[in-house]
Amino acid sequence: MIFMSVLLTSCVKLLLVPSYHSTDFEVHRNWLAITHNLPTKRWYFEDTSEWTLDYPPLFAWFECFLSYVAKLFDPNMLHLDNLNYASEATVLFQRLSVILTDLVYAYGTHQCSMSLKSGWKTEVVLTLLLISNVGLLMVDHIHFQYNGFLYGILLLSVANMIQGKYLKGAFWFTILINLKHIYIYMGPTYFVYLLHNYCFDKVHKSSSFKDLLNSFSFINTAKLGAVVIGVFLVTYLPFIDQLGQVLSRLFPFKRGLCHAYWAPNIWAVYNVLDKGAFISAKQMGFNVTSSPAVMTGGLVQEFSHSILPNITPFVTLIITAFFMLPGCIKLWSYGNSRDNFVRSLILCSLTSFLFGWHVHEKAILMTIIPLSILSIFDREDAKIFLLLSAVGHYSLFPLLFPRSLIVVKVLLYVVYTTYEFYSLSYLFPLRKRQHYTLPLLNFYESFYLFSLVPLFLYENFIHSFLGLSKTLPFLPLMTTSVYCSFGIIYCWAKYFKYFFENDKSKIKK
Amino acid sequence: MCFSSEVWLCGLGIMVSILLRCCTSLHPYSGQNNPPMYGDYEAQRHWMEITVNLPTKQWYYNTTDNDLMYWGLDYPPLTAYHSYICGIIAKMINENFVTLHKSRGFENEDHKLFMRFTVLIADLLVFIPSVVAYFVVTRGLYRSDTKITVGKVKITNVQQSESTILPYLSIILTLLYPGLILIDHGHFQYNCVSLGFLVFAVSFLCKGKILFASFFFVLSLNYKQMELYHAIPFFIYMLSISIPNPGYSYYTSIVKLLKIGSVVVITFAVIWLPFLHSTKDFLQVVHRLFPLARGVFEDKVGNVWCTMNTVYKFKENFTNNQMVRYCAVATLAAIVPSAADLFLRPNIEKFVPSLINSSLAFFLFSFQVHEKSILLAAIPVLLYLPVKPIPCFWFTVISTFSMFPLLMKDRLVIAFIGLTIFYVASFYSVIEYSLREPKAKKTKQTFYRRFLNVLLSVEYGRANNEDIFKLTIKEIVKNRHYLLSLFEYVCVLSSLVGSGILSACMLIFEPPVRYPDLFPVLISIYSCIHFLGFFVYFNIIQFKIPQYNSAIKVKIS
Repeated sequence: MIFMSVLLTSCVKLLLVPSYHSTDFEVHRNWLAITHNLPTKRWYFEDTSEWTLDYPPLFAWFECFLSYVAKLFDPNMLHLDNLNYASEATVLFQRLSVILTDLVYAYGTHQCSMSLKSGWKTEVVLTLLLISNVGLLMVDHIHFQYNGFLYGILLLSVANMIQGKYLKGAFWFTILINLKHIYIYMGPTYFVYLLHNYCFDKVHKSSSFKDLLNSFSFINTAKLGAVVIGVFLVTYLPFIDQLGQVLSRLFPFKRGLCHAYWAPNIWAVYNVLDKGAFISAKQMGFNVTSSPAVMTGGLVQEFSHSILPNITPFVTLIITAFFMLPGCIKLWSYGNSRDNFVRSLILCSLTSFLFGWHVHEKAILMTIIPLSILSIFDREDAKIFLLLSAVGHYSLFPLLFPRSLIVVKVLLYVVYTTYEFYSLSYLFPLRKRQHYTLPLLNFYESFYLFSLVPLFLYENFIHSFLGLSKTLPFLPLMTTSVYCSFGIIYCWAKYFKYFFENDKSKIKK
Repeated sequence: MCFSSEVWLCGLGIMVSILLRCCTSLHPYSGQNNPPMYGDYEAQRHWMEITVNLPTKQWYYNTTDNDLMYWGLDYPPLTAYHSYICGIIAKMINENFVTLHKSRGFENEDHKLFMRFTVLIADLLVFIPSVVAYFVVTRGLYRSDTKITVGKVKITNVQQSESTILPYLSIILTLLYPGLILIDHGHFQYNCVSLGFLVFAVSFLCKGKILFASFFFVLSLNYKQMELYHAIPFFIYMLSISIPNPGYSYYTSIVKLLKIGSVVVITFAVIWLPFLHSTKDFLQVVHRLFPLARGVFEDKVGNVWCTMNTVYKFKENFTNNQMVRYCAVATLAAIVPSAADLFLRPNIEKFVPSLINSSLAFFLFSFQVHEKSILLAAIPVLLYLPVKPIPCFWFTVISTFSMFPLLMKDRLVIAFIGLTIFYVASFYSVIEYSLREPKAKKTKQTFYRRFLNVLLSVEYGRANNEDIFKLTIKEIVKNRHYLLSLFEYVCVLSSLVGSGILSACMLIFEPPVRYPDLFPVLISIYSCIHFLGFFVYFNIIQFKIPQYNSAIKVKIS
């Protein structure tokens, strides 16, 4: 089953080779050139292209490895000053490299479904849900990135954690962080879970502080520390004398609160509130000055609010940590539940998505992919998964803006979402017949999802038909972000509540 | 939201097939950025330009505004009307798409999108509904296990031992057929329209609605004259079921024939109305439709003439007129067995095989064949998929492969690989699923086990050489069905691997300087051998189906 689904989705990916690719294509081509030509010392200093290397060193090594294969396809793509070079062979190589490294994702999926209770639920439904994930298809194979490979490692790590192989799980997670540092948002969950189950390996419920101290396993902690620190050392040792430069590349706080397309999170709503307040203040005759509000203008730049207080990276960090903390405490108190581990992962990534600094809309996949695992075990998880993935995947649409892709993206989305609803409503049959609602969702949620249709029509056709695309160019994107952010905030709140109310464990080995 | 899971799956499959069509449309089209003549894409655009800007009467004439040497209109009026409608829409979107003279070779992203949409919409409106309709209509036709007694004669349906594919799975597989997707949505043509009308006609015929069937077939014929490949079975079958049967008088059959005739004549008349004012106009259109000057084949085609051409140069030794006559005789000779059988022993179950035979005969032996014409045979073969899954699947893959040189020229190799693997993989899943059903006990494991049984029979230990020989024969006879199935698997597999290797060779190696066409010729010979084999096979299939009068069937049931 997994082989067939990988084969079939790979065919679709292959068909998408000539489709539009974003600037990320050039970003990765440039990184190939940097890592191929320059000595390691200069990787993080090179700035011929505006797309400097801003992933951790392990990813740079990965690009370096790829560049030797790239040489066989078209050596011209490896020239540092060959900016925006996209010959047919280059496109083919880059696309094929994503398709092939997706095999890691397939392996991760396989490991995950192996680590869970076997049966057609995991072998068929979960495999298909994960392998044909439409978000990954859109982001990796049209927009262009290497997320599939990274999520593969995440799934591998999660599978190991579920099986209780903590060291291996920690090892893969550390590798993952050193490939792309955004996954650090999942770090708290890993930290708490490992601390509880591996470092304090004999903790029982309602144990006193003294018991706790007694149960501390020094050997385990040392092993864990050795693994984590070892991986970090290997990664950063070549750059030890330029750590500041590397870190400044990895954490570019200059980039602003929101990404070019606003991710559907709290800050999108906040921006709109600010804008609304600004306009109404102006109407009422207050003298307010505003910075030229390039809100969704394409180039990444700092954006300052005119009425509401400005948000600094530190503020977002505090808020994110504040909302992550309860989940981690809950995880600590119900330590050895595998469900709660995955739930806490989901909650951490969703919280960081909502409150984080400079969040990309692609980061929603960090929540959707782990949630797919739980969706086949529990009705509540399935409900939230359906809503969240429908909204989250929809919010990726602005990434694929060329008109030639409208039908492709809509079909991809509709096929996948139909499959989700079909398979999960088959797993969790309705208790009583409902009218006018989607399976597993209530009336309001269904209405919310169905309203995406007029929203889509407005964005793509009506807006330009009304002639507003010159005067209000950012309106469609803004509407999408804000509309989707309501759904995601709702899912977050619901999941938060659900996480604290629910103690039962359904994942069994 | 309470459909059965079959409907859900079918819907998903149809959506996936549309998705694949859209993805293919992102790939290059024929003659992209290739002046001065471009390709079929430019031909279609040029027809929109001509039909929108010129009065109807001038469409088929060579005038100062209509240079017939540059992609002159050479399809029947229905195609011209379709171009006209598309042209009007194009004009509304952007006048530059279809400005007279100036728009020659017009290419840009928007225009590509527009053109791709016209094909997609035609496909959605005609071909996809027709396939769904066909398999829904015929779901009882080939699967009836019942033995029907007519009078004292017992008629047993021969095919029942075969495993069949469920109708909804057949719909999905038919829509995933890579050949049609590649030619229509990649290379760029509107085959889906004429083929869709054909499938509608077949569906109505299977349902017993002869008048609708003839109407749709006339539509299809007026969209592309190549549909003549299918005309003979339609004609013969309608004639055969209209001549007096026991229990009917001459009067009813004459009325029946008159009805069919009037439907055909009226449809034709309406479609050709603008060209019927003078004989000259009419003859000019006919002349455009059958250009005898263009030679016996174009490029490399997997038919008999092109294959024999490697040994004996027909084009040099015969004039075109001579060739036309030889082709006509050969084609007729190839059709006669199937047509006579259909006429003398009519049975609706024979109809689709006879369509296959007729179109294959035309493809193999007739004059002026394109490599794309294999689609005309492939679609009836797909309609036969539920009955003979494996041979039909084999045929469709080979037919796609036979177009490989054309697709390579159009830079559609990636799409070819993707779509073909998708098709093969889905067929494989479907077959595995169908064989797993409790009714059909044959699985591949049984085949292998039986095969091993023959080789390692336990009794061999206590026998001398002669006995071993006899025992082997005995075992083979005992297990012949399983061995045949295994043999079938091996044949299909090796043939598909062979075609894969040939395409890989064409992709990787440069041909030797002396034979620049080496690989296309090899491919056309390879596919021609297959097509000849299939031609014989489907003829046998047709002969094996007994006569069975559908009129009587209706009365009994």
